[in-house]
Amino acid sequence: MPGGATSTCWSCGTMRAEHFCSACGKVQPPVPVDYFTFFGLPRKLEINTAQLEKEFYALNRKLHPDVYASAPAQERSWSLEQSSLLNDAYRTLKDPIRRTEYLLRLEGVELEEQSKAATEKARSTGETKKQVVPPDLLEEVFELNMQLEELRAQKKLGEDDPALLEELGKAKMALEEKSGNLMSELQTYWKDWDREFDSSTDENRRKTRDQMVDLINRRNYIRNLVRDVNEALEN
Amino acid sequence: MATDRIVGIDLGTTNSLVAYMQGDTPAVIPGEDGSNLVPSVVALDENNQTIVGNSARRSLIETPDRAVYSVKRLMGRGVDDVQEELKLFPFRLADDLQPGEVLRIQLGNRSFNPPEISAFILRQLKRNAERFFGAPVTKAVITVPAYFNDTQRQATKDAGRIAGLDVLRLVNEPTAASLAYGLDKKKNGIIAVYDLGGGTFDISILKLHDGIFEVIATNGDTHLGGDDIDNLLIAVALDDIRGDMGIDLRRNGEAVQAIRKAVIDAKIALSSQPSVKLDLELPGGHHYRREITREMFEQLAQPVIDRTVGPTKQALKDAGLKPEQIDEVVLVGGSTRIPKVRQLVQDIFKRTPHTDLNPDEVVALGAAVQANILGGGSEATKEMLLLDVTPLSLGIEVAGGVTDKIILRNSTIPASATQHYTTQVDGQTNVAIHVLQGERELAKDCRSLARFELKGIPPMPAGMPRIEVKFLIDANGILHVSAREQRSGKESEIEVQPSYGLTDDQVEGMLLESFDFAEEDFRQRQIIEARREADTILAALEKGRKNDAWSKLRTNERNQIGKLETGLRSVKDSDDYQSIRKAIDVLNQATTRLAELMMDTAVATALKGKAMDATNLEEGPAAGHPMAKAEFK
Repeated sequence: MPGGATSTCWSCGTMRAEHFCSACGKVQPPVPVDYFTFFGLPRKLEINTAQLEKEFYALNRKLHPDVYASAPAQERSWSLEQSSLLNDAYRTLKDPIRRTEYLLRLEGVELEEQSKAATEKARSTGETKKQVVPPDLLEEVFELNMQLEELRAQKKLGEDDPALLEELGKAKMALEEKSGNLMSELQTYWKDWDREFDSSTDENRRKTRDQMVDLINRRNYIRNLVRDVNEALEN
Repeated sequence: MATDRIVGIDLGTTNSLVAYMQGDTPAVIPGEDGSNLVPSVVALDENNQTIVGNSARRSLIETPDRAVYSVKRLMGRGVDDVQEELKLFPFRLADDLQPGEVLRIQLGNRSFNPPEISAFILRQLKRNAERFFGAPVTKAVITVPAYFNDTQRQATKDAGRIAGLDVLRLVNEPTAASLAYGLDKKKNGIIAVYDLGGGTFDISILKLHDGIFEVIATNGDTHLGGDDIDNLLIAVALDDIRGDMGIDLRRNGEAVQAIRKAVIDAKIALSSQPSVKLDLELPGGHHYRREITREMFEQLAQPVIDRTVGPTKQALKDAGLKPEQIDEVVLVGGSTRIPKVRQLVQDIFKRTPHTDLNPDEVVALGAAVQANILGGGSEATKEMLLLDVTPLSLGIEVAGGVTDKIILRNSTIPASATQHYTTQVDGQTNVAIHVLQGERELAKDCRSLARFELKGIPPMPAGMPRIEVKFLIDANGILHVSAREQRSGKESEIEVQPSYGLTDDQVEGMLLESFDFAEEDFRQRQIIEARREADTILAALEKGRKNDAWSKLRTNERNQIGKLETGLRSVKDSDDYQSIRKAIDVLNQATTRLAELMMDTAVATALKGKAMDATNLEEGPAAGHPMAKAEFK
């Protein structure tokens, strides 16, 4: 049962599941819970997404504003809040990266801001962006940035260098492969985390958590590089 | 319950429709003229009364300065946004438009903002439905292009309110179409809806799963449609005319509208025939004749049609799908009748699109399905649920004029995001938030939705207040913002300055005004109709007096008729249409026997084989009850 929390249905008085009454089906006032709790899940990372989708559809049939279109204003407003929470939770949990990032934030980690908005913001405000190049990527990144500069300069002059384009294409493929490897590495950390969640010491959990933070940062760094290459190639 | 009937409305750029659920099947409600489509044209007649639809379309050619079409292109937009449209469309902005004010369009000597003009169309549809049901209609589902932004949606909702409709839901057009498409097929799978209408283009990718219609991705262009092709054709014609005859008609509204009508007819004909001949009479007795082949047409239209490719590919990319993974492609919108458009869709998706739905009606039918779902559902719809997405990312402006995206495009709605704010200065009690919509990185390149001012923050040292602001996009795709100072737990007051839309007070004012107008319109029409009817019955009575039948009436009958006739004449010119109607009714009753006698006479005459004179022909059996109530609506 979602969250394990129960109380009494405001409408019919019976005990209920968290979001709607199991007896009369009416929507309940939203309780501020995290996304895992919303779906009645423990804070574990291996999730059966097919099962999650089923649950998402089933809950939507109970909570969606369409179901409450002619209900009193209070129920309409609860339905709006509950279903937005449901959608937010599903969107976050179904995606492996977003799910991991969300859990890390719940665990108190402030993930490095590597979004493009942060980059632009840093650029326009003159602040240095908090961004550490993963050491094993240093050399590659340096080379890639040189090539990107060259490509941009050439484009400005209207020149075309097939050799450079080919190299960039290769570099991009290598980055994508690396990113793919990181994903499978992440899944082994998930397993560690889920196992340690039940039985291990805080110290072990912290170790796994930090490994995931590092991995997510590297993965986001690579994602940004791929995006830069794509942009340079398209423009 | 008849009073709770919810209708589905497709408020289109070119045509609008109203539909309802007839048992388990959605059906379009025809207008008085029997037509399912109400052209989205609004005009002022010679009495300064608004007219809508086919009658307004006529005045588009005769008095173009008193008519407006394609107003949907202006919904939720500011003066700066519409400069391009103004070059291509004969919109006349009001002369007294103030900077920052919502656009107003000049019609004759009156001016209206786009929601008000749309409200005239909605009111016509409402009237059509009310006539059809014989009962008031107050609740509706209205469709909007999936790619409409918050402001355009809000403007549509405002139009509904001004028209006296409680808009229960705004539904995205391609999604509505998918509801109509999926109604009778209990199918699971992935479908793409390609919707190219008169003024907007949408592409939506949906997953159908046991009655759940989940939109995975949507994209589009709210200023791309058949209108754009028409404009190219008009430009060619105007160039021809200038080149061949040396006449510049670009500033001649009447002539341009006549050309517009002709090229639209040609465009439609070219979907089924290889070439078409234009033959148009121009002012000054000139004739413009030209043959257009389908090939020429396609060459001209290609750039417009090609603009649908980018959004379509983006939607597929956002959905994480390859074209081959789409099970079925559904075509919506009149412009998808163009063979070249069908070809393009086929090329992109590598499959033949589904064309057995009427592309003009399917959106309205889907709106009726959604209306039915909101009304509690029926056997046909009880398992159906629509999960739609927001087409554009929602962001807030942060330092350096950068957009920080807080709800990404293609998020299932309702969706929410929470942001925390604090103060920069000791004792600061206000914080300003600039909300944006769009995909661009810089705030200036995104659509400004509104500026929110958080007020009444308890004075504290800088950085101490912790204000939690919740942004929530509802199932209509419309943004709601609420804020609370967390240390004091105080709800912050939010003052909203919509960047382009109307404020609630303005809408309220227009609503009241429109009620006044509606009542006045209604009264005027009733008076005119009652008088016309009175004239008809009085004229018929004149003729009856000359008929043999008159002498067959008893004296008291003739006296009674005479008395009632005087009564009707005395109220006929008053403004009290109810008294006029009452006088007509009693006179009508008093003359029933006269009518019967006249009919008998006519029959008897005919049987005798006597040639009937003109009067007899006119009032013979074929004419029915000569005193019958005239049918005026």
